[in-house]
Amino acid sequence: MSGLIKSSIARKVVMALSGLFLVFFLGQHFVINITSVIAPDTFNEWSHFMGYNGLVQFILQPVLIAGVIVHFAMGIALELKNNKARAVKYKQYNGGANASWMSRNMIITGLVVLAFLGLHMYDFWVQEISYKYIAMSPEEPTRYLEETVHKFEPFWRTIIYVISFVLLALHLWHGFASSFQTMGLNNKYSAGIQTFTKIYSIAIPLGFIFIALYHHFNPITH
Amino acid sequence: MKLNLKIWRQKDAKSKGEIVDYPIKGIEGDMSFLEMLDILNEELINKGEEPVQFDHDCREGICGACSLQINGEPHGPDRLVTTCQLHMRKFNDGDTIVIEPFRATAFPVVTDLVIDRSSFDRIQQAGGYISVNTSGNTVDANAIPINKHAADEAMDAATCIGCGACVAACKNASAMLFTSAKVSQFALLPQGEVEAVDRVQNMVRQMDLEGFGNCTNTGACEIECPKGISLENIARMNREYMSATSKG
Amino acid sequence: MGILDSKVPKGPLADKWTKHKNDINLVNPANKRNIDVIVVGTGLAGGSAAATLAELGYNVKTFCYQDSPRRAHSIAAQGGINAAKNYQGDGDSAYRLFYDTIKGGDYRSREANVYRLAEESANIIDQCVAQGVPFAREYGGLLDNRSFGGVLVSRTFYAKGQTGQQLLLGAYSAMNRQINRGKIQSYNRHEMMDMVLVDGKARGIIARNLVTGEIERHSAHAVVLATGGYGNVFFLSTNAMGSNVMAAWRAHRRGAFFANPCFTQIHPTCIPVSGEHQSKLTLMSESLRNDGRIWVPKRKDDAIAIREGKLKPIQLKEEDRDYYLERRYPAFGNLVPRDVASRAAKERCDAGFGVNKTGEAVYLDFAAAIQRYGEEEALTNGIKNADDKEITRLGKAVIEAKYGNLFQMYEKIVDENPYETPMMIYPAVHYTMGGLWVDYNLQTTIEGCYCAGEANFSDHGANRLGASALMQGLADGYFVLPYTIGDYLSKDIRTGAIPTDTPEFDAAENAVQERLNKLMAGSGQHSVDFYHKKLGKIMWDKCGMARNAEHLQEAIDEISALRADFWANVKIPGKAEGMNQELEKAGRVADFLELGELFAKDALTRNESCGGHFREEYQTPEGEALRDDENFKFVSAWEYKGEPKDAVLHKEELKYENIELKTRSYK
Repeated sequence: MSGLIKSSIARKVVMALSGLFLVFFLGQHFVINITSVIAPDTFNEWSHFMGYNGLVQFILQPVLIAGVIVHFAMGIALELKNNKARAVKYKQYNGGANASWMSRNMIITGLVVLAFLGLHMYDFWVQEISYKYIAMSPEEPTRYLEETVHKFEPFWRTIIYVISFVLLALHLWHGFASSFQTMGLNNKYSAGIQTFTKIYSIAIPLGFIFIALYHHFNPITH
Repeated sequence: MKLNLKIWRQKDAKSKGEIVDYPIKGIEGDMSFLEMLDILNEELINKGEEPVQFDHDCREGICGACSLQINGEPHGPDRLVTTCQLHMRKFNDGDTIVIEPFRATAFPVVTDLVIDRSSFDRIQQAGGYISVNTSGNTVDANAIPINKHAADEAMDAATCIGCGACVAACKNASAMLFTSAKVSQFALLPQGEVEAVDRVQNMVRQMDLEGFGNCTNTGACEIECPKGISLENIARMNREYMSATSKG
Repeated sequence: MGILDSKVPKGPLADKWTKHKNDINLVNPANKRNIDVIVVGTGLAGGSAAATLAELGYNVKTFCYQDSPRRAHSIAAQGGINAAKNYQGDGDSAYRLFYDTIKGGDYRSREANVYRLAEESANIIDQCVAQGVPFAREYGGLLDNRSFGGVLVSRTFYAKGQTGQQLLLGAYSAMNRQINRGKIQSYNRHEMMDMVLVDGKARGIIARNLVTGEIERHSAHAVVLATGGYGNVFFLSTNAMGSNVMAAWRAHRRGAFFANPCFTQIHPTCIPVSGEHQSKLTLMSESLRNDGRIWVPKRKDDAIAIREGKLKPIQLKEEDRDYYLERRYPAFGNLVPRDVASRAAKERCDAGFGVNKTGEAVYLDFAAAIQRYGEEEALTNGIKNADDKEITRLGKAVIEAKYGNLFQMYEKIVDENPYETPMMIYPAVHYTMGGLWVDYNLQTTIEGCYCAGEANFSDHGANRLGASALMQGLADGYFVLPYTIGDYLSKDIRTGAIPTDTPEFDAAENAVQERLNKLMAGSGQHSVDFYHKKLGKIMWDKCGMARNAEHLQEAIDEISALRADFWANVKIPGKAEGMNQELEKAGRVADFLELGELFAKDALTRNESCGGHFREEYQTPEGEALRDDENFKFVSAWEYKGEPKDAVLHKEELKYENIELKTRSYK
């Protein structure tokens, strides 16, 4: 297994699989979040379920965190090796002539998304953990919507979220379709898959942006 | 037309190189890019300077010897051509043209624009063949019918000329297109099946050892490949590799 | 008969090779491990020979000037490879391939060698398919064939327009397998500078490492030269820029006779010269003549109007066009052999019917083929009442599938779309039938020095048929040389490794060093290319498609003078240490300057017209070649005696026991 991970192709496969897993998670995350706009009660209900279900908390959550770490660590490892593969750089390199900006700058979009993830974890996950396990506060199945909407009150945070989602879209635009190529899927279905990935890469981040803006402009006032 | 050439000069592998300016005039659209360099070299020789050394041989786009990163692109701005087939009509009077060697750690510079691509040979030596002796004691060529589409696809992969443009274009200096073209050629033919498991693993191992980067599917290689080798070959190699490693 | 012994085995033609293989001595596998063989040149002949010798167990060292064996110029062969497989059931056989090759060569090749070639041809295809060479196939999955000039059957196997590439990569992969096993050591970017003889036997070479400039000694029990042709003596040719005669010429100077140097093939379908800056010419495969029709305008004023750009070729009506090959040679039409097609093009252009700016081009037109294929496609696809546009579209698709890469190449170079307007073509130097003289075993007149592929003279006589060069290279390399060389090496099983610290190696290395010093010491008037271009112009004007005694004598004098000028005044910048491409070129041009003179001398001696050698004094009233079998039915083998003018001619009489000598007719 360690030999397998050493090879460039195996690393790419790990990158692709972890990426696809995160893409799937992102979709799931979006489905829950959009309820905060269209069905607040459902949002609270689902959020509570996610927060207190043992399977989610102690199996899926660690898996997700591991997925993020693997994807990130492997991405950095690949980037370092790739950097070494061209020790002397070109004086002039016209990368735009043959490849998209998104495909050439995954490390930039990836790092921005990672930084955002830090903020996001701080905003929600850390608070949630401290609520549950440090403060030992009681279960309160209806607190989620208000907490969420409250987060989007400051303009700066909303803007950071919006920008991050734009970069996430750019990251997905190349990454989602690319993972299929890495997995060896390049055949008559590819065109369809490509179209789907492009739509997904735009629609999901756009949806998140919509949610963020919606909550920013519709604060809950008491 | 008049041009301002900016050319990478480097005495030998150990020296540090630099870009040197060479203005040139009297260039016609009918000339090939290398013929333009011939003219420059003739001028340099007559002036008592050392000519710019570059690899070239067949000058008809098939031997794969010529390289050159021209204005940031391997084999220049035209598509589906090698540098020897690139014609000066693709440039305009007064243009500045930056000419560098293909750059990759696995392609060290020998001198000026000449590079060492023996890493490609070593990848082929690791398994880019079918192990039959050349005794002629094989079955009749028509004994195994081969599906025409498979044969045509194998041919498309086999047209790789080993020039290294894929590596030069790739932001990661990855040799996946080159390696996958050979793997694909044999993967598509029944003759290649017997050694398929070993072949892909050995070739990929050698590719990694040579210090090429990883593929991040930017697709630059396919765009810049003078023979139009498709990214499908990389996907096929990934499949072959995964199936080979699962078989051990 | 003199001192040349062709060593052709006795017995009936069809049994000679089999019998010979049974008779020659073998080396046992344990002894092969103690025997070293040097192979210079890694194209089809050298690459395949190296791989096979290594498989047999010999220790092989290969040398090539390119950075990889994969770049040898065999890679540029486009059209295909002949083999007497008779898959089409059109009456082909080894005999017919043999007959076509002898006739195509205008009865100037050795019967036994050619028959062996025809016999082995079928093996090549089996071998290459087993190696994974992706030949073109039909929908049923079987191999496809096309036809080439000078024959009436379809026996040419092909891989798009890149057959040479695929076959070379096949040989290269066979080499790689042996390199991986440690049986071949490959020295790339190395050039053979001289051959080392010990007791009259070839025992090694002196090579220059083209990267470091170091002069190296390499020894072996036998040396194989597979270094290709010398077409670059013309400066402009379809050969690669680096193709040269150095190795063969160095061997010649050491005692290998040079045979038929004047037999050069001028290929009829190349892209015309566009200007002074031209560095090389590009071939358009002969396979195009399967579908293209060659013509010039019937009237001179139309030709002039076209040259001046006032008239477009597609505007010219059918009756105003002169399909001169179809007119002159109704039986073979556009598929006459190369020498005939080239001369016919020259004749029309010389008469003032040329169609490009320089007046040196004819049309190769695909309009009729597009129409014909379009109609066929419409019919097979069940498209009823297809209009002209639809038919043209379908026809173009067929043409694209067959010749797409060639059409693309043409468009890139000429900047015209050959699907819309006829291609312009003109003959160009392409292949040299002459080369080092070899006997039936492919051994030169130096013991232990063998020669294979285009570098030898043996199989194509005075003109090579299309798709036969690849066949010869691979037959020599895979199936002939590795066995015949065993007969010689069997005497060397007790010799042991050949030392390189001997007086013979010292002397050879010193000679090489001196020559390099002399080149570097030129007064510095002119570049190497300056001389090469001058030589090329003399060769093309006076030793080209049509030759006469007066011009040939002039050529001899001019080349001799040019050579003296070159040695005195050539300018080579930089140093001999390290990579110096000008120095590499200079060494090659220096040898071309000797070969060129011998070439002219050979042409002057041969008072007849045969194949690619056309002497204006010897032609029929219709302008066809007039062969003289009574006085010139021999191979000219030249012995080196110092200056080319002092070379001594030895004749190998050609015997035709199985074929009747006839005037070649393609009418």
